[in-house]
Amino acid sequence: MPRIVVDVMPKPEILDPQGKAIAGALPRIGLNGFSEVRQGKRFELAVDGDITDEVLEQARTAATTLLSNPVIEDVTRVEVIDDGSA
Amino acid sequence: MAPLEGDAAGARIGVVTFPGTLDDRDAARAVRLAGATPVNLWHGDGSLQDVDAVVLPGGFSYGDYLRAGAISRFAPLMGKVTAAAEAPGSPLPVLGICNGFQVLTEAHLLPGSMVKNENLHFMCRDQKLTVENASTSWTNQFTAGEQIVIPLKNQDGQFIADEHTLDQLEGDGRVVFRYAESNPNGSRRSIAGISNAAGNVVGLMPHPEHAVEPGFGPDSSGADRRFGDTPLASGTDGLSLFTSVLNTLLVA
Repeated sequence: MPRIVVDVMPKPEILDPQGKAIAGALPRIGLNGFSEVRQGKRFELAVDGDITDEVLEQARTAATTLLSNPVIEDVTRVEVIDDGSA
Repeated sequence: MAPLEGDAAGARIGVVTFPGTLDDRDAARAVRLAGATPVNLWHGDGSLQDVDAVVLPGGFSYGDYLRAGAISRFAPLMGKVTAAAEAPGSPLPVLGICNGFQVLTEAHLLPGSMVKNENLHFMCRDQKLTVENASTSWTNQFTAGEQIVIPLKNQDGQFIADEHTLDQLEGDGRVVFRYAESNPNGSRRSIAGISNAAGNVVGLMPHPEHAVEPGFGPDSSGADRRFGDTPLASGTDGLSLFTSVLNTLLVA
């Protein structure tokens, strides 16, 4: 079944306390190669049938109205994926 | 402060319950102690039942899923609240407390947003605030510069907005409450509460409804020095928000 993936990330200028906490934990398990971690969200919107332009447009609207808050987050991806390619 | 006399008892203040709201009972109690009649409103209803003002109480509506307040903001009742709050002429006074404040920012009735506390901890403490604006519908029974202590309890309490918005809020006198002495959660410019341009919509993270009755609010009787030399009130500092809106309604 095709799905639409929406990725949402905290805006670059906003401190991401969750990412910071994760970055602090990585060296504790011996992983010292990372200077920063930022944590975002991935949404998968399933569709019955084909993904039409209209449905894709609805996904874009969902991404900017409900799935993200433009004050603190950016939508970084709205894309159709097929099973197996994700 | 004594509850207002006269017509105040006729004032009907709606308290909205969302799935996961925690503090609706306390908010209704605060309304009653202030001298008005609380009206329970359900998020799924389509009518405001002709209330004179609305309180969006604290809690974790929809488990804070997605973002705090993000799903509640689209509740049927919120459409009515938003329209009434922005109505020309006599806009509906609306107070958002904690999760209610988050709902108001998600609904774009107030600018900015809340993210996780800077230190990532859930905080629960008695918090000293400075009342910066004593002319809104919900703060006219305070005096500007007055310091109060009410509880603060949240996980996503860090108020953020871009610099332009912050400058505008400051310039227009729309910073209503500011954290005093120390900034508990990293909020920009120590902002604890703000209002819309008209002053009828106010949101704040701390909880005035938990400080409305002697013996149950922050009350150290002066022996506790956590708050420095400011003499603490009797634990009822939050009541003035609720008597303020009654004053607003009586004057209107």
